Amino acid sequence: MKKAELMDFDKALELYEPVLGFEVHVELNTKTKMFCGCANEFGQGANTNTCPTCLGLPGGLPQVNRKAIESSIRLGLALGCDIAEASRFARKNYFYPDTAKNFQTSQYDEPIAFNGSLTIELESGRQVTVEIERAHMEDDAGKLTHKGGATGRIQGADYSLVDYNRGGVPLVEIVTQMIEGGEADSPEIGKTYVAAIREIVKALGVSNARMEEGNVRCDANVSLRPRGSNILGTRTETKNVNSLRSVERAVRYEIQRQAALLSAGGTITQETRHWHEDTGRTSAGRPKSDADDYRYFPEPDLVPVAPSREWVEELRATLPEPPAARRKRLQADWGFANLEFQDVVNSDLLDAVEATIAAGASAQAARKWWTGEVARLANVAGVAADSLVQPHQVAALIELVEAGTLTDRLARQVLEGVIAGEGTPLEVVDSRGLAVVSDDGPLIAAIDEALASQPDVLAKIRDGKVQAAGAVIGAVMKAMRGQADAARVRELVLERAGSAE
Amino acid sequence: MSGITAEQVAHLASLARIDLSPEEIASLTIDLGQIVESVKKVQEVATPDVPATSHPMPLTNVFRDDIVVPSLTVEQALSGAPDRDGDKFRVPPILEED
Ligand SMILES: [Zn+2]
Repeated sequence: MKKAELMDFDKALELYEPVLGFEVHVELNTKTKMFCGCANEFGQGANTNTCPTCLGLPGGLPQVNRKAIESSIRLGLALGCDIAEASRFARKNYFYPDTAKNFQTSQYDEPIAFNGSLTIELESGRQVTVEIERAHMEDDAGKLTHKGGATGRIQGADYSLVDYNRGGVPLVEIVTQMIEGGEADSPEIGKTYVAAIREIVKALGVSNARMEEGNVRCDANVSLRPRGSNILGTRTETKNVNSLRSVERAVRYEIQRQAALLSAGGTITQETRHWHEDTGRTSAGRPKSDADDYRYFPEPDLVPVAPSREWVEELRATLPEPPAARRKRLQADWGFANLEFQDVVNSDLLDAVEATIAAGASAQAARKWWTGEVARLANVAGVAADSLVQPHQVAALIELVEAGTLTDRLARQVLEGVIAGEGTPLEVVDSRGLAVVSDDGPLIAAIDEALASQPDVLAKIRDGKVQAAGAVIGAVMKAMRGQADAARVRELVLERAGSAE
Repeated sequence: MSGITAEQVAHLASLARIDLSPEEIASLTIDLGQIVESVKKVQEVATPDVPATSHPMPLTNVFRDDIVVPSLTVEQALSGAPDRDGDKFRVPPILEED
Protein backbone atom coordinates (compact mmCIF):
# COMPACT_ATOMS: atom_id res chain seq x y z
CA MET A 1 0.00 0.00 0.00
CA LYS A 2 1.29 3.42 -0.96
CA LYS A 3 2.07 5.53 2.06
CA ALA A 4 -0.32 8.47 2.35
CA GLU A 5 1.39 11.71 1.44
CA LEU A 6 1.07 14.58 3.84
CA MET A 7 1.20 18.24 3.03
CA ASP A 8 3.16 20.53 5.32
CA PHE A 9 0.74 21.77 7.99
CA ASP A 10 1.33 25.50 7.38
CA LYS A 11 1.01 25.05 3.64
CA ALA A 12 -2.24 23.11 4.14
CA LEU A 13 -3.64 26.03 6.14
CA GLU A 14 -2.64 28.51 3.45
CA LEU A 15 -4.73 26.61 0.93
CA TYR A 16 -7.60 25.30 3.04
CA GLU A 17 -9.72 26.14 6.04
CA PRO A 18 -10.26 23.20 8.40
CA VAL A 19 -13.79 22.57 9.66
CA LEU A 20 -14.13 20.31 12.68
CA GLY A 21 -16.79 18.41 14.55
CA PHE A 22 -16.58 16.03 17.50
CA GLU A 23 -18.70 13.25 18.87
CA VAL A 24 -17.67 12.32 22.38
CA HIS A 25 -19.10 9.22 24.02
CA VAL A 26 -19.15 9.29 27.82
CA GLU A 27 -19.71 6.04 29.68
CA LEU A 28 -21.73 6.70 32.83
CA ASN A 29 -20.65 5.13 36.11
CA THR A 30 -24.07 3.99 37.27
CA LYS A 31 -24.14 0.78 39.29
CA THR A 32 -26.32 -0.93 36.69
CA LYS A 33 -26.81 -0.85 32.94
CA MET A 34 -29.08 1.57 31.08
CA PHE A 35 -32.10 -0.72 30.66
CA CYS A 36 -31.54 -3.68 32.99
CA GLY A 37 -30.23 -4.43 36.47
CA CYS A 38 -27.02 -6.12 35.32
CA ALA A 39 -23.92 -4.67 36.98
CA ASN A 40 -22.07 -1.95 35.07
CA GLU A 41 -18.55 -3.13 35.82
CA PHE A 42 -15.56 -4.53 34.00
CA GLY A 43 -12.67 -6.71 34.90
CA GLN A 44 -15.16 -9.48 35.58
CA GLY A 45 -15.14 -12.71 33.64
CA ALA A 46 -16.62 -12.53 30.14
CA ASN A 47 -20.42 -12.59 29.88
CA THR A 48 -20.99 -12.57 33.63
CA ASN A 49 -23.15 -9.41 33.52
CA THR A 50 -25.89 -10.30 31.05
CA CYS A 51 -29.62 -10.97 31.12
CA PRO A 52 -32.41 -11.53 28.57
CA THR A 53 -32.82 -7.74 28.14
CA CYS A 54 -29.21 -6.85 27.34
CA LEU A 55 -28.77 -10.04 25.29
CA GLY A 56 -31.88 -9.23 23.26
CA LEU A 57 -33.52 -12.56 24.10
CA PRO A 58 -37.26 -13.09 23.73
CA GLY A 59 -39.07 -11.85 26.81
CA GLY A 60 -36.51 -9.21 27.68
CA LEU A 61 -38.09 -5.90 28.61
CA PRO A 62 -36.06 -2.70 29.01
CA GLN A 63 -36.57 -0.50 32.08
CA VAL A 64 -34.93 2.91 32.23
CA ASN A 65 -32.31 3.51 34.93
CA ARG A 66 -33.38 6.67 36.81
CA LYS A 67 -29.80 7.43 37.82
CA ALA A 68 -28.67 7.35 34.18
CA ILE A 69 -31.36 9.90 33.29
CA GLU A 70 -30.29 12.04 36.22
CA SER A 71 -26.61 11.89 35.15
CA SER A 72 -27.54 12.71 31.55
CA ILE A 73 -29.59 15.74 32.62
CA ARG A 74 -26.79 16.99 34.89
CA LEU A 75 -24.26 16.56 32.09
CA GLY A 76 -26.58 18.39 29.69
CA LEU A 77 -26.97 21.25 32.17
CA ALA A 78 -23.21 21.46 32.74
CA LEU A 79 -22.82 21.88 28.97
CA GLY A 80 -25.31 24.74 29.00
CA CYS A 81 -27.96 22.68 27.20
CA ASP A 82 -31.72 22.97 27.28
CA ILE A 83 -33.32 19.87 28.76
CA ALA A 84 -36.14 18.45 26.66
CA GLU A 85 -39.62 18.56 28.13
CA ALA A 86 -40.34 15.37 26.20
CA SER A 87 -37.68 12.98 25.11
CA ARG A 88 -37.83 9.42 23.85
CA PHE A 89 -35.70 6.48 22.83
CA ALA A 90 -35.42 5.08 19.33
CA ARG A 91 -34.08 1.91 17.81
CA LYS A 92 -31.09 2.31 15.54
CA ASN A 93 -31.20 -0.89 13.52
CA TYR A 94 -28.02 -2.57 12.35
CA PHE A 95 -26.61 -6.06 12.26
CA TYR A 96 -23.24 -6.49 13.86
CA PRO A 97 -22.12 -9.07 16.42
CA ASP A 98 -21.31 -6.41 19.05
CA THR A 99 -25.02 -5.89 19.65
CA ALA A 100 -27.09 -8.96 20.32
CA LYS A 101 -30.37 -7.05 19.98
CA ASN A 102 -29.66 -6.12 16.34
CA PHE A 103 -30.39 -2.52 17.24
CA GLN A 104 -28.86 0.07 19.52
CA THR A 105 -31.30 1.79 21.83
CA SER A 106 -30.49 5.43 21.20
CA GLN A 107 -32.23 8.76 20.73
CA TYR A 108 -33.01 10.24 17.35
CA ASP A 109 -35.41 13.15 17.00
CA GLU A 110 -35.95 13.91 20.68
CA PRO A 111 -32.61 13.94 22.55
CA ILE A 112 -32.62 14.61 26.28
CA ALA A 113 -30.36 17.71 25.95
CA PHE A 114 -29.66 20.16 23.12
CA ASN A 115 -28.39 23.66 22.24
CA GLY A 116 -25.46 23.93 24.62
CA SER A 117 -22.03 25.47 24.40
CA LEU A 118 -18.66 25.08 26.03
CA THR A 119 -15.95 27.74 26.07
CA ILE A 120 -12.42 26.39 26.15
CA GLU A 121 -9.15 28.21 26.60
CA LEU A 122 -6.11 27.34 24.53
CA GLU A 123 -2.54 27.60 25.78
CA SER A 124 -2.13 30.93 23.97
CA GLY A 125 -5.03 32.28 26.03
CA ARG A 126 -7.33 32.23 22.98
CA GLN A 127 -10.91 31.40 23.94
CA VAL A 128 -13.00 29.23 21.64
CA THR A 129 -16.69 28.59 22.14
CA VAL A 130 -17.77 25.18 20.90
CA GLU A 131 -21.50 24.97 20.21
CA ILE A 132 -23.09 21.72 21.36
CA GLU A 133 -25.83 20.49 19.07
CA ARG A 134 -27.12 17.74 21.34
CA ALA A 135 -26.31 15.27 24.07
CA HIS A 136 -28.31 12.09 23.77
CA MET A 137 -28.54 8.83 25.69
CA GLU A 138 -27.85 5.40 24.29
CA ASP A 139 -26.53 2.01 25.30
CA ASP A 140 -23.04 0.71 24.66
CA ALA A 141 -22.16 -2.32 22.54
CA GLY A 142 -20.35 -5.49 23.59
CA LYS A 143 -16.64 -6.02 23.14
CA LEU A 144 -15.25 -7.91 20.16
CA THR A 145 -11.89 -9.62 19.89
CA HIS A 146 -10.66 -10.93 16.57
CA LYS A 147 -8.80 -14.21 16.31
CA GLY A 148 -6.46 -15.54 13.67
CA GLY A 149 -5.20 -13.65 10.62
CA ALA A 150 -3.04 -10.59 11.16
CA THR A 151 -2.86 -10.09 14.93
CA GLY A 152 -5.97 -8.62 16.40
CA ARG A 153 -7.25 -7.07 13.18
CA ILE A 154 -10.80 -7.52 12.06
CA GLN A 155 -9.76 -7.86 8.42
CA GLY A 156 -8.86 -11.42 7.60
CA ALA A 157 -9.59 -12.76 11.09
CA ASP A 158 -10.64 -16.41 11.20
CA TYR A 159 -13.41 -15.68 13.69
CA SER A 160 -14.37 -13.21 16.41
CA LEU A 161 -15.34 -13.51 20.05
CA VAL A 162 -17.94 -11.46 21.88
CA ASP A 163 -18.22 -10.45 25.52
CA TYR A 164 -21.53 -8.69 26.21
CA ASN A 165 -20.64 -7.34 29.68
CA ARG A 166 -20.36 -3.85 28.20
CA GLY A 167 -23.50 -4.26 26.09
CA GLY A 168 -26.22 -2.05 27.56
CA VAL A 169 -23.94 0.19 29.65
CA PRO A 170 -25.29 3.78 29.62
CA LEU A 171 -23.61 6.28 27.33
CA VAL A 172 -24.15 9.94 26.65
CA GLU A 173 -23.07 11.02 23.19
CA ILE A 174 -22.19 14.70 22.94
CA VAL A 175 -22.32 16.09 19.41
CA THR A 176 -20.84 19.47 18.53
CA GLN A 177 -21.94 21.75 15.74
CA MET A 178 -19.41 22.52 13.02
CA ILE A 179 -16.39 24.31 14.44
CA GLU A 180 -15.10 26.90 11.97
CA GLY A 181 -12.29 29.39 12.36
CA GLY A 182 -10.07 26.99 14.29
CA GLU A 183 -7.29 27.53 11.74
CA ALA A 184 -3.82 26.53 13.00
CA ASP A 185 -5.27 25.92 16.47
CA SER A 186 -7.56 23.15 15.14
CA PRO A 187 -5.57 20.21 16.55
CA GLU A 188 -5.26 21.93 19.92
CA ILE A 189 -8.98 22.76 19.90
CA GLY A 190 -9.72 19.05 19.52
CA LYS A 191 -7.48 18.10 22.40
CA THR A 192 -8.65 20.91 24.67
CA TYR A 193 -12.33 20.31 23.95
CA VAL A 194 -12.13 16.61 24.81
CA ALA A 195 -10.06 17.44 27.90
CA ALA A 196 -12.76 19.91 28.97
CA ILE A 197 -15.52 17.31 28.53
CA ARG A 198 -13.47 14.81 30.51
CA GLU A 199 -12.91 17.33 33.27
CA ILE A 200 -16.63 18.18 33.43
CA VAL A 201 -17.86 14.58 33.64
CA LYS A 202 -15.25 13.90 36.32
CA ALA A 203 -16.27 16.94 38.34
CA LEU A 204 -19.93 15.91 38.02
CA GLY A 205 -19.01 12.40 39.17
CA VAL A 206 -21.13 10.90 36.36
CA SER A 207 -18.28 8.94 34.77
CA ASN A 208 -14.97 7.42 35.81
CA ALA A 209 -13.59 9.51 32.93
CA ARG A 210 -10.59 7.26 32.27
CA MET A 211 -9.83 7.56 28.58
CA GLU A 212 -7.42 4.63 28.67
CA GLU A 213 -10.33 2.44 29.79
CA GLY A 214 -12.68 3.80 27.14
CA ASN A 215 -14.88 5.80 29.54
CA VAL A 216 -14.48 8.81 27.25
CA ARG A 217 -14.14 8.13 23.52
CA CYS A 218 -13.86 10.62 20.72
CA ASP A 219 -14.76 10.54 17.04
CA ALA A 220 -13.16 13.45 15.19
CA ASN A 221 -14.73 14.85 12.02
CA VAL A 222 -12.47 16.86 9.75
CA SER A 223 -13.12 18.50 6.40
CA LEU A 224 -11.25 21.13 4.40
CA ARG A 225 -12.73 24.08 2.56
CA PRO A 226 -10.61 25.75 -0.13
CA ARG A 227 -9.79 29.37 0.76
CA GLY A 228 -12.30 31.72 -0.82
CA SER A 229 -14.94 29.03 -1.17
CA ASN A 230 -18.06 28.77 0.92
CA ILE A 231 -18.77 25.16 0.02
CA LEU A 232 -17.98 22.61 2.72
CA GLY A 233 -15.60 19.85 1.82
CA THR A 234 -16.35 16.15 2.26
CA ARG A 235 -15.64 15.10 5.81
CA THR A 236 -14.05 12.03 7.27
CA GLU A 237 -14.87 10.64 10.71
CA THR A 238 -11.85 9.28 12.54
CA LYS A 239 -12.90 6.74 15.17
CA ASN A 240 -10.93 5.16 17.97
CA VAL A 241 -9.24 8.35 19.14
CA ASN A 242 -8.92 7.57 22.80
CA SER A 243 -6.28 9.84 24.30
CA LEU A 244 -5.99 13.61 24.36
CA ARG A 245 -2.72 13.56 22.51
CA SER A 246 -4.22 11.29 19.86
CA VAL A 247 -7.09 13.70 19.25
CA GLU A 248 -4.56 16.44 18.56
CA ARG A 249 -2.43 14.23 16.33
CA ALA A 250 -5.38 12.73 14.44
CA VAL A 251 -6.85 16.15 13.58
CA ARG A 252 -3.45 17.39 12.41
CA TYR A 253 -2.90 14.22 10.37
CA GLU A 254 -6.29 14.45 8.64
CA ILE A 255 -5.72 18.12 7.73
CA GLN A 256 -2.35 17.27 6.21
CA ARG A 257 -3.60 14.13 4.46
CA GLN A 258 -6.72 15.69 2.99
CA ALA A 259 -4.78 18.79 1.85
CA ALA A 260 -2.26 16.62 0.01
CA LEU A 261 -5.01 14.62 -1.65
CA LEU A 262 -7.11 17.66 -2.65
CA SER A 263 -4.22 19.70 -3.99
CA ALA A 264 -3.17 16.75 -6.15
CA GLY A 265 -6.62 16.86 -7.74
CA GLY A 266 -8.01 13.96 -5.71
CA THR A 267 -11.31 13.76 -3.87
CA ILE A 268 -12.08 12.91 -0.26
CA THR A 269 -14.24 9.88 0.31
CA GLN A 270 -16.87 10.24 2.98
CA GLU A 271 -15.84 7.43 5.26
CA THR A 272 -14.97 6.38 8.75
CA ARG A 273 -11.22 6.18 9.35
CA HIS A 274 -9.29 4.34 12.03
CA TRP A 275 -6.61 6.02 14.12
CA HIS A 276 -3.42 4.05 14.73
CA GLU A 277 -1.65 5.14 17.86
CA ASP A 278 1.59 3.36 16.95
CA THR A 279 2.12 4.86 13.51
CA GLY A 280 0.31 8.16 14.11
CA ARG A 281 -1.73 7.66 10.96
CA THR A 282 -5.35 7.09 10.00
CA SER A 283 -6.45 4.38 7.59
CA ALA A 284 -9.64 4.02 5.58
CA GLY A 285 -12.47 2.16 7.24
CA ARG A 286 -15.89 1.61 5.85
CA PRO A 287 -17.20 4.10 3.27
CA LYS A 288 -20.69 5.48 3.88
CA SER A 289 -23.09 3.15 2.11
CA ASP A 290 -26.59 1.75 1.97
CA ALA A 291 -25.81 -0.07 5.20
CA ASP A 292 -25.99 3.28 7.01
CA ASP A 293 -29.75 3.20 6.58
CA TYR A 294 -30.49 2.64 10.26
CA ARG A 295 -34.28 2.80 9.92
CA TYR A 296 -34.71 4.60 13.25
CA PHE A 297 -38.11 4.26 14.83
CA PRO A 298 -39.47 4.99 18.31
CA GLU A 299 -38.66 2.23 20.81
CA PRO A 300 -42.07 0.61 21.44
CA ASP A 301 -41.01 -0.98 24.75
CA LEU A 302 -40.19 2.34 26.45
CA VAL A 303 -42.41 5.29 27.30
CA PRO A 304 -41.22 8.89 26.85
CA VAL A 305 -38.97 10.60 29.38
CA ALA A 306 -40.50 13.92 30.40
CA PRO A 307 -38.39 15.47 33.15
CA SER A 308 -40.39 17.99 35.16
CA ARG A 309 -38.97 21.50 35.35
CA GLU A 310 -38.78 21.10 39.13
CA TRP A 311 -36.58 18.02 38.79
CA VAL A 312 -34.35 19.78 36.26
CA GLU A 313 -33.90 22.75 38.62
CA GLU A 314 -33.19 20.41 41.53
CA LEU A 315 -30.46 18.78 39.46
CA ARG A 316 -29.10 22.15 38.32
CA ALA A 317 -28.59 23.01 42.00
CA THR A 318 -26.27 20.00 42.36
CA LEU A 319 -23.83 21.15 39.66
CA PRO A 320 -20.26 21.70 40.87
CA GLU A 321 -18.23 24.82 40.11
CA PRO A 322 -17.29 24.62 36.40
CA PRO A 323 -13.77 23.10 36.19
CA ALA A 324 -12.35 25.99 34.13
CA ALA A 325 -13.54 28.55 36.68
CA ARG A 326 -12.23 26.42 39.51
CA ARG A 327 -8.78 26.24 37.93
CA LYS A 328 -8.66 30.02 37.57
CA ARG A 329 -9.68 30.47 41.21
CA LEU A 330 -7.19 27.92 42.56
CA GLN A 331 -4.25 29.29 40.57
CA ALA A 332 -4.96 32.78 41.91
CA ASP A 333 -5.42 31.50 45.49
CA TRP A 334 -2.20 29.51 45.42
CA GLY A 335 -0.15 32.12 43.58
CA PHE A 336 1.34 29.55 41.20
CA ALA A 337 3.16 30.54 38.03
CA ASN A 338 1.54 29.17 34.85
CA LEU A 339 4.10 26.40 34.49
CA GLU A 340 3.79 25.34 38.12
CA PHE A 341 0.02 25.24 37.84
CA GLN A 342 0.07 23.38 34.50
CA ASP A 343 2.36 20.83 36.08
CA VAL A 344 -0.26 20.12 38.74
CA VAL A 345 -3.14 20.05 36.24
CA ASN A 346 -1.33 17.83 33.75
CA SER A 347 -0.42 15.38 36.50
CA ASP A 348 -4.10 15.23 37.45
CA LEU A 349 -3.20 16.35 40.98
CA LEU A 350 -5.50 19.35 41.41
CA ASP A 351 -7.74 17.59 43.93
CA ALA A 352 -4.80 16.11 45.83
CA VAL A 353 -2.95 19.42 46.10
CA GLU A 354 -6.14 21.24 47.10
CA ALA A 355 -6.86 18.70 49.86
CA THR A 356 -3.27 18.85 51.09
CA ILE A 357 -3.42 22.63 51.36
CA ALA A 358 -6.79 22.34 53.12
CA ALA A 359 -5.07 20.00 55.61
CA GLY A 360 -2.66 22.79 56.51
CA ALA A 361 0.29 22.58 54.10
CA SER A 362 1.63 25.59 52.24
CA ALA A 363 0.70 25.69 48.54
CA GLN A 364 4.28 25.51 47.28
CA ALA A 365 5.22 22.61 49.56
CA ALA A 366 2.07 20.70 48.57
CA ARG A 367 2.89 21.22 44.90
CA LYS A 368 6.53 20.27 45.37
CA TRP A 369 5.80 17.00 47.16
CA TRP A 370 2.96 15.84 44.91
CA THR A 371 4.56 16.65 41.56
CA GLY A 372 7.98 15.62 42.84
CA GLU A 373 8.58 12.65 45.09
CA VAL A 374 5.01 11.26 45.17
CA ALA A 375 4.70 11.45 41.38
CA ARG A 376 8.11 9.82 41.01
CA LEU A 377 7.20 6.90 43.28
CA ALA A 378 3.81 6.55 41.57
CA ASN A 379 5.54 6.46 38.22
CA VAL A 380 7.86 3.71 39.42
CA ALA A 381 4.87 1.76 40.78
CA GLY A 382 2.86 2.42 37.62
CA VAL A 383 -0.14 3.82 39.48
CA ALA A 384 -1.83 7.20 39.84
CA ALA A 385 -0.09 9.48 42.36
CA ASP A 386 -3.29 10.22 44.26
CA SER A 387 -3.89 6.50 44.79
CA LEU A 388 -0.53 6.10 46.52
CA VAL A 389 -0.91 8.30 49.58
CA GLN A 390 -3.60 10.43 51.24
CA PRO A 391 -3.44 14.25 51.10
CA HIS A 392 -3.59 14.53 54.91
CA GLN A 393 -0.52 12.30 55.18
CA VAL A 394 1.40 14.46 52.74
CA ALA A 395 0.32 17.50 54.76
CA ALA A 396 1.57 15.82 57.97
CA LEU A 397 4.88 15.02 56.29
CA ILE A 398 5.30 18.63 55.16
CA GLU A 399 4.56 19.79 58.70
CA LEU A 400 7.37 17.59 60.05
CA VAL A 401 9.80 19.03 57.49
CA GLU A 402 8.80 22.58 58.29
CA ALA A 403 9.14 21.96 62.03
CA GLY A 404 12.72 20.80 61.43
CA THR A 405 11.98 17.25 62.59
CA LEU A 406 12.84 15.91 59.15
CA THR A 407 15.20 16.94 56.40
CA ASP A 408 13.93 16.51 52.82
CA ARG A 409 16.04 13.40 52.53
CA LEU A 410 14.63 11.83 55.69
CA ALA A 411 11.13 12.90 54.66
CA ARG A 412 11.50 10.92 51.44
CA GLN A 413 12.25 7.82 53.54
CA VAL A 414 9.24 8.55 55.74
CA LEU A 415 7.07 8.89 52.64
CA GLU A 416 8.20 5.46 51.49
CA GLY A 417 7.26 4.08 54.89
CA VAL A 418 3.82 5.68 54.74
CA ILE A 419 3.25 4.28 51.25
CA ALA A 420 4.40 0.86 52.47
CA GLY A 421 1.57 1.02 55.02
CA GLU A 422 3.74 1.53 58.10
CA GLY A 423 1.39 4.17 59.49
CA THR A 424 1.21 7.94 59.68
CA PRO A 425 4.35 10.01 59.01
CA LEU A 426 4.85 10.50 62.75
CA GLU A 427 4.53 6.75 63.38
CA VAL A 428 7.06 6.03 60.64
CA VAL A 429 9.47 8.60 62.13
CA ASP A 430 9.20 6.77 65.46
CA SER A 431 9.31 3.20 64.20
CA ARG A 432 12.17 3.81 61.77
CA GLY A 433 13.97 6.22 64.10
CA LEU A 434 14.28 8.79 61.35
CA ALA A 435 14.03 12.11 63.19
CA VAL A 436 16.80 14.66 62.82
CA VAL A 437 19.04 14.53 65.91
CA SER A 438 18.19 17.85 67.43
CA ASP A 439 19.85 17.30 70.77
CA ASP A 440 23.33 18.78 70.27
CA GLY A 441 24.97 16.38 72.77
CA PRO A 442 25.61 13.42 70.46
CA LEU A 443 26.49 15.83 67.64
CA ILE A 444 29.14 17.60 69.70
CA ALA A 445 30.65 14.28 70.76
CA ALA A 446 30.88 13.19 67.12
CA ILE A 447 32.34 16.55 66.06
CA ASP A 448 34.99 16.56 68.78
CA GLU A 449 35.99 13.05 67.80
CA ALA A 450 36.23 13.98 64.11
CA LEU A 451 38.27 17.12 64.87
CA ALA A 452 40.65 15.17 67.11
CA SER A 453 41.27 12.57 64.42
CA GLN A 454 41.92 15.23 61.73
CA PRO A 455 44.29 17.74 63.41
CA ASP A 456 45.41 19.20 60.05
CA VAL A 457 41.81 20.12 59.22
CA LEU A 458 41.37 21.61 62.67
CA ALA A 459 44.45 23.77 62.08
CA LYS A 460 43.13 25.00 58.73
CA ILE A 461 39.75 25.94 60.20
CA ARG A 462 41.53 27.89 62.90
CA ASP A 463 43.54 29.65 60.18
CA GLY A 464 40.22 30.85 58.81
CA LYS A 465 40.05 28.32 55.95
CA VAL A 466 36.41 27.63 56.61
CA GLN A 467 35.95 25.45 53.48
CA ALA A 468 38.15 22.82 55.16
CA ALA A 469 35.26 22.19 57.58
CA GLY A 470 33.60 20.13 54.80
CA ALA A 471 35.73 17.08 55.58
CA VAL A 472 34.71 17.16 59.23
CA ILE A 473 31.03 17.78 58.41
CA GLY A 474 31.11 14.76 56.06
CA ALA A 475 32.63 12.53 58.77
CA VAL A 476 30.05 13.70 61.31
CA MET A 477 27.09 13.16 58.95
CA LYS A 478 28.44 9.68 58.27
CA ALA A 479 28.78 8.94 61.98
CA MET A 480 25.20 10.19 62.52
CA ARG A 481 24.01 8.02 59.60
CA GLY A 482 22.72 11.15 57.89
CA GLN A 483 20.23 11.88 60.62
CA ALA A 484 21.52 15.32 61.38
CA ASP A 485 20.82 18.74 60.03
CA ALA A 486 23.91 19.57 57.97
CA ALA A 487 23.55 23.32 58.57
CA ARG A 488 23.53 22.80 62.33
CA VAL A 489 26.55 20.45 62.10
CA ARG A 490 28.49 23.11 60.21
CA GLU A 491 27.59 25.70 62.80
CA LEU A 492 28.76 23.44 65.60
CA VAL A 493 31.98 22.38 63.82
CA LEU A 494 33.06 26.01 63.49
CA GLU A 495 32.07 26.67 67.08
CA ARG A 496 33.95 23.60 68.45
CA ALA A 497 37.02 24.28 66.31
CA GLY A 498 37.17 27.82 67.71
CA SER A 499 36.74 26.73 71.35
CA ALA A 500 39.16 23.78 71.18
CA GLU A 501 42.21 25.94 71.88
CA MET B 1 -51.16 0.61 -7.03
CA SER B 2 -48.64 -1.04 -4.70
CA GLY B 3 -46.86 1.42 -2.34
CA ILE B 4 -43.63 -0.53 -2.41
CA THR B 5 -41.38 -1.85 -5.16
CA ALA B 6 -39.55 -5.14 -5.53
CA GLU B 7 -36.25 -3.19 -5.39
CA GLN B 8 -37.20 -1.72 -2.02
CA VAL B 9 -38.06 -5.16 -0.67
CA ALA B 10 -34.72 -6.51 -1.88
CA HIS B 11 -32.93 -3.56 -0.23
CA LEU B 12 -34.74 -4.10 3.09
CA ALA B 13 -33.95 -7.80 2.92
CA SER B 14 -30.24 -7.06 2.48
CA LEU B 15 -30.30 -4.59 5.39
CA ALA B 16 -31.97 -7.25 7.53
CA ARG B 17 -29.49 -9.88 6.30
CA ILE B 18 -32.30 -12.06 4.98
CA ASP B 19 -31.65 -14.06 1.84
CA LEU B 20 -34.82 -13.98 -0.31
CA SER B 21 -35.56 -15.85 -3.53
CA PRO B 22 -37.12 -13.89 -6.45
CA GLU B 23 -40.44 -15.65 -5.72
CA GLU B 24 -40.33 -14.59 -2.07
CA ILE B 25 -39.52 -11.02 -3.08
CA ALA B 26 -42.48 -10.98 -5.43
CA SER B 27 -44.93 -12.25 -2.84
CA LEU B 28 -43.53 -10.01 -0.08
CA THR B 29 -43.83 -7.01 -2.39
CA ILE B 30 -47.58 -7.68 -2.59
CA ASP B 31 -47.93 -8.29 1.17
CA LEU B 32 -45.91 -5.27 2.22
CA GLY B 33 -47.68 -3.17 -0.40
CA GLN B 34 -50.99 -3.93 1.28
CA ILE B 35 -49.56 -2.91 4.66
CA VAL B 36 -48.27 0.36 3.21
CA GLU B 37 -51.72 1.01 1.72
CA SER B 38 -53.33 0.42 5.11
CA VAL B 39 -50.93 2.82 6.78
CA LYS B 40 -51.80 5.40 4.12
CA LYS B 41 -55.46 5.15 5.17
CA VAL B 42 -54.49 5.79 8.79
CA GLN B 43 -52.44 8.80 7.69
CA GLU B 44 -55.51 10.25 5.96
CA VAL B 45 -57.32 10.18 9.28
CA ALA B 46 -54.38 11.73 11.18
CA THR B 47 -55.02 15.45 10.77
CA PRO B 48 -52.65 18.08 12.24
CA ASP B 49 -54.84 18.36 15.36
CA VAL B 50 -54.12 14.72 16.24
CA PRO B 51 -50.77 14.65 18.03
CA ALA B 52 -48.22 12.09 16.85
CA THR B 53 -47.85 9.23 19.27
CA SER B 54 -45.28 6.51 19.56
CA HIS B 55 -46.90 4.67 22.41
CA PRO B 56 -50.52 3.69 23.10
CA MET B 57 -50.29 4.22 26.88
CA PRO B 58 -50.40 7.80 28.20
CA LEU B 59 -47.43 7.16 30.45
CA THR B 60 -44.11 8.96 30.92
CA ASN B 61 -41.12 8.60 33.25
CA VAL B 62 -41.32 4.92 34.10
CA PHE B 63 -38.00 4.39 35.83
CA ARG B 64 -36.23 1.74 37.83
CA ASP B 65 -33.80 2.37 40.69
CA ASP B 66 -30.10 1.87 40.08
CA ILE B 67 -29.84 -1.39 42.01
CA VAL B 68 -27.97 -4.45 40.78
CA VAL B 69 -30.01 -7.62 40.33
CA PRO B 70 -28.49 -11.03 39.63
CA SER B 71 -27.53 -11.68 36.02
CA LEU B 72 -27.70 -14.94 34.13
CA THR B 73 -24.91 -17.41 34.77
CA VAL B 74 -22.34 -17.64 31.99
CA GLU B 75 -23.71 -21.07 31.09
CA GLN B 76 -27.25 -19.71 30.83
CA ALA B 77 -26.07 -16.75 28.78
CA LEU B 78 -24.21 -18.98 26.33
CA SER B 79 -26.81 -21.77 26.21
CA GLY B 80 -28.44 -20.48 23.03
CA ALA B 81 -25.21 -19.60 21.26
CA PRO B 82 -24.50 -21.50 18.01
CA ASP B 83 -20.81 -21.52 18.92
CA ARG B 84 -18.61 -20.52 21.84
CA ASP B 85 -14.97 -20.26 22.80
CA GLY B 86 -14.47 -20.46 26.54
CA ASP B 87 -16.87 -17.95 28.09
CA LYS B 88 -17.30 -15.92 24.92
CA PHE B 89 -19.70 -16.10 22.02
CA ARG B 90 -17.91 -17.15 18.85
CA VAL B 91 -19.04 -15.60 15.57
CA PRO B 92 -17.96 -16.05 11.92
CA PRO B 93 -15.44 -13.62 10.35
CA ILE B 94 -16.90 -10.11 10.08
CA LEU B 95 -14.74 -8.47 7.38
CA GLU B 96 -12.61 -10.04 4.70
CA GLU B 97 -8.93 -9.27 4.23
CA ASP B 98 -8.49 -5.83 2.68
ZN1 LIG C 1 -28.82 -7.16 31.48
